[in-house]
Amino acid sequence: MSNETDPNLNREQDFHESVDADRRQFLLTTTNVLGGVGVLCALTPFLSSWMPSAKAQAAGAPVEVDISKLEPGQQATVEWRGKPVWIIRRTKDMLKQLDGINDKLRDPESLVEQQPVYAQNKFRSIKPEYLVLVGICTHLGCAPKYKPDEKELGPDWPGGFYCPCHGSSFDLSGRVFKSVPAPINLEVPPYRFISEHVILIGEDEKKD
Amino acid sequence: MSGMLKWVDARFPLMSTWKNHFSGYYAPKNFNFYYFFGSLAMLVLVNQLITGLWLTMFYTPTAAEAFNSIEFIMRDVNYGWLLRYMHSTGASAFFIVIYLHMYRGLLYGSYQKPRELVWLLGMVLFILLMAEAFFGYLLPWGQMSYWGAQVITSLFGAIPYVGDTLTVWLRGDYTVANATLQRFFALHVIGVPLLLLLLVFLHIVALHKVGSNNPEGIEIKVHLDSQGKPLDGIPFHPYYTVKDFVGVIVFLIGFFAVVFFFPEMGGYFLEHANFTPADPLTTPDHIAPVWYMTPFYGMLRAIPDKLFGVVVMGGAIVILLFVPWLDKSPVRSIRYKGHYSKYALLAFVISFLILGYLGTVNVTPIKLYLARVCTAVYFAFFFFMPLYTRYEAHHPVPERITK
Amino acid sequence: MNKLVVYLFGVMSIACVEAASVDIEMLPIDINLKDKAALQRGAGLFMNYCSGCHSLRYMRYNQMAKDLGLTTFDGQLDKDLLKNNLIFTTASVFDPIQISMPEVDARQWFGRLPPDLSLSARERGTDWIYTYLKSFYLDKSRPFGANNLLVPDVGMPNILAPLEGEVIRVTQGERSDSSVNASLLLVEKGEMTEHQFDSALQDLVTFLAYVGEPAKLVRYRIGVGVLIFLGIFLIVAYRLKKNYWRDIH
Repeated sequence: MSNETDPNLNREQDFHESVDADRRQFLLTTTNVLGGVGVLCALTPFLSSWMPSAKAQAAGAPVEVDISKLEPGQQATVEWRGKPVWIIRRTKDMLKQLDGINDKLRDPESLVEQQPVYAQNKFRSIKPEYLVLVGICTHLGCAPKYKPDEKELGPDWPGGFYCPCHGSSFDLSGRVFKSVPAPINLEVPPYRFISEHVILIGEDEKKD
Repeated sequence: MSGMLKWVDARFPLMSTWKNHFSGYYAPKNFNFYYFFGSLAMLVLVNQLITGLWLTMFYTPTAAEAFNSIEFIMRDVNYGWLLRYMHSTGASAFFIVIYLHMYRGLLYGSYQKPRELVWLLGMVLFILLMAEAFFGYLLPWGQMSYWGAQVITSLFGAIPYVGDTLTVWLRGDYTVANATLQRFFALHVIGVPLLLLLLVFLHIVALHKVGSNNPEGIEIKVHLDSQGKPLDGIPFHPYYTVKDFVGVIVFLIGFFAVVFFFPEMGGYFLEHANFTPADPLTTPDHIAPVWYMTPFYGMLRAIPDKLFGVVVMGGAIVILLFVPWLDKSPVRSIRYKGHYSKYALLAFVISFLILGYLGTVNVTPIKLYLARVCTAVYFAFFFFMPLYTRYEAHHPVPERITK
Repeated sequence: MNKLVVYLFGVMSIACVEAASVDIEMLPIDINLKDKAALQRGAGLFMNYCSGCHSLRYMRYNQMAKDLGLTTFDGQLDKDLLKNNLIFTTASVFDPIQISMPEVDARQWFGRLPPDLSLSARERGTDWIYTYLKSFYLDKSRPFGANNLLVPDVGMPNILAPLEGEVIRVTQGERSDSSVNASLLLVEKGEMTEHQFDSALQDLVTFLAYVGEPAKLVRYRIGVGVLIFLGIFLIVAYRLKKNYWRDIH
């Protein structure tokens, strides 16, 4: 490096310095961008590892239930994802008991999303004959009891489910009554019929 | 943004710390290849801490489930295999980095006054690192994990009078068992890492108090400019931040090449016998520690007496603590020391490497003899150091750094 | 059947006899984990011949199906194919591959529980497993009628004998260090030709190599991307360093 005071040389030095500075800024920006990309890629395995493992997925896999032996009026219970799931085979009479009580129910049209789209009806099911519900009271999580007989719990009882913990009750489609602690209808899990007598709980109907 | 910084800075020594330890910390301008390994050691430590933390989320520290939980990580957890390989490769990488880091210290006399404490803290860190690796190796609960722990814990039985009780006390049971696994897990995940973090902090504080050494061994604080800055020094930031960043990328290329393509490294990083669950009733054909402990294992086996073997093995590490006082040379760096120091260091390195190799193979009469010779050379390097460093003819050390 | 002197299996010297495996020369075998057809054949062989006694407890059926391409046209798991051809227990498709033989009975019949083979390829290596399966020979003195050159007095019966054919061991005299030169001879053809049998073993060993580490091909793929990214990053970082260091000296 010389100490000459030649003005041309100074200008050359200045030029080199400014090119260096521009280049430096470019390199710094590129480094930051690449570093950001690198950090995001590096985060991926750590975050992804928190998703349910294959073991958890296996434990939470859909459950096949054979309902060929289910008698009319009978309730079967299976476990899915650690929760009790009821399958009830409703009789024609039980289906009639669903009518005329809408003014006693909090959400008779099932407007709150507690069921898949195909269960958003009076029967809250794909086939009226078979009701599938998650057997957990929507108040504080107790297991309601199955009380299908009319007048069993008083002169106005149309049949349904009664929770002994705090007195919540639901009709024979799992719809919650007014003036009880539970706020919403019982949950209908995703499910579909694999065949006429086999229900797969945990999987929606396939779109054709 | 700068408003926030000012708010913090009025309540916390943020800017002054940045200035004292980065932008205004002057380091010699002639750092070479060997000076990358300090920052790389910190990088590997962070890697082990983060991957280790994540593995702890999925690992089960009981004898019944440990092995299963590792296969669960390898197969069922998303990217679990990557976390596992980064951790196992990181362990071996840690020792490669630390051995080269220590070698730099020996080469350039970085332990000499006024840096003795930096060296001592570093030696404690080395011992802690070996303990950490030993505890961690039991956790997969494979055949090599179990039998390696069984052999090493039984070494304490060599101590007279208290040996057997000590061994049972360490294990928490009459042999290596679930009790051992659980306590090693606690030590490996919490106990030793906290100590490591504390000591790394102290190690760097001690270093920054006296300033870094350099390959020429010249004390840069002797020649200062008009502002009191060393003429042969440059601010750590940006020059060494940007240079160490290149070092980091080069290291990561090597590291990830291993992680993704050779994680087992021919059975040296992940030993084949460890893919079988621990079986107290069956001993594997060869029991050997992981490669980074084999030099010391080679020494242990060279000595026919059990207690004396343990003493020699321990002594080989402890003697390193005394190097600042064994080196009587008026000169720091190997570049200006005499011939004896150069040959001694070369012999030391060669004997260490041979002992490492011998620690991995079965004992034969020739290998035993060689191990004994190498152990003797290893110790001779230290025992004779006060003599050959004081009496050898050394070269004059320049005043300023020119190369 | 006519006696067939098919080939000399190779000379192996038995240096010493232990309960564990002895030192004989390994037969090398090539593995191509990308060959899904080989993996599927290997899986079929394993399920049919091995899974009665040997579990693969760290492998799930559905994971295996996904990696081996046992899917239907719309990419879903082919549960029927799995259930009909590969699952011989009451396991569901999401379960690990276990055996149905009770442990108590296994210990009584074989002296020990047949080992799980999930990690056998990582522990022993594929060459070892291949050599082992090729080293069985007829030995009337053994409880199951078979012995093995690689693992003398092994407790395992020669399950693949119907495929391989009858193999006997011939000794060719002693050597100076009193070890024995032995080789194997095929004396009666099995269901497969020698070439077919070797090929079947290759498929089986390939499958076991896959089971040892299902993520292997995934890590190769990701590794290439990571190294390319770091290579580009290195060029940029190095240029940046050079730019700053121009100020020095």
